[in-house]
Amino acid sequence: MRELSVEARVDNLEQVLAFVDEEIDRLDCSVKIRTQIDVAVEELFVNIAHYAYNPETGPATVRIEVEKDPPAISITFIDKGVPYDPLAKADPDITLSADDREIGGLGIFMVKKSMDSIDYEYKDGQNTLHIRKLI
Amino acid sequence: MTINKTQDGSKLEIALEGRLDTMTTPSLEEEIKNSIEGITELVFDLKDLAYVSSAGLRVLLSAQKTMNKQGTMTIRNANEEVLEIFEVTGFIDILNIEE
Repeated sequence: MRELSVEARVDNLEQVLAFVDEEIDRLDCSVKIRTQIDVAVEELFVNIAHYAYNPETGPATVRIEVEKDPPAISITFIDKGVPYDPLAKADPDITLSADDREIGGLGIFMVKKSMDSIDYEYKDGQNTLHIRKLI
Repeated sequence: MTINKTQDGSKLEIALEGRLDTMTTPSLEEEIKNSIEGITELVFDLKDLAYVSSAGLRVLLSAQKTMNKQGTMTIRNANEEVLEIFEVTGFIDILNIEE
């Protein structure tokens, strides 16, 4: 298990992605899965950066675990911001035309579609969001 | 991300190279805002684009909405990973994607 704690700011995204990619690149992972995990990490970290402490800022922790049987990557995001369950939001209607589509709401939807599991919990003043991807 | 623009009259081609993500999207948004006026044919060449997140999708959707009012927009040469993101999000149906 490895852990990184940074200030929840969008300009720390590169550092978070580098931390996650370093772990992924040690495994035998397809480009497709690596891209899906990168997208998920970006969407979830940026969500925390935008909403958890707005307009202030605060800490965010990213924890990564590699599972062996079955092979999987498990990533947990922890912040101490306002309670926010991104899974409670309704999925965007992806059948609408471009003119009727709203700009937004796609990030968490992409995470739901590409990960094998996603769970949210608010406990002891902390938001914990956990994703898992079989590799 | 590198943005290469080629304009020929009212036709504008934008070639993207690298990652279209939360950090790089604002520069593309700015480029589009500054050059879309009077354009009737907008082409995105994504041959060297490795990655797109929801921030990038928002800019493409916004460009599509503008072009629906003033002309056409085409996406070219998207790689497999980018195409899959278009598929999962339904963008495959709202963008004009050349195979």
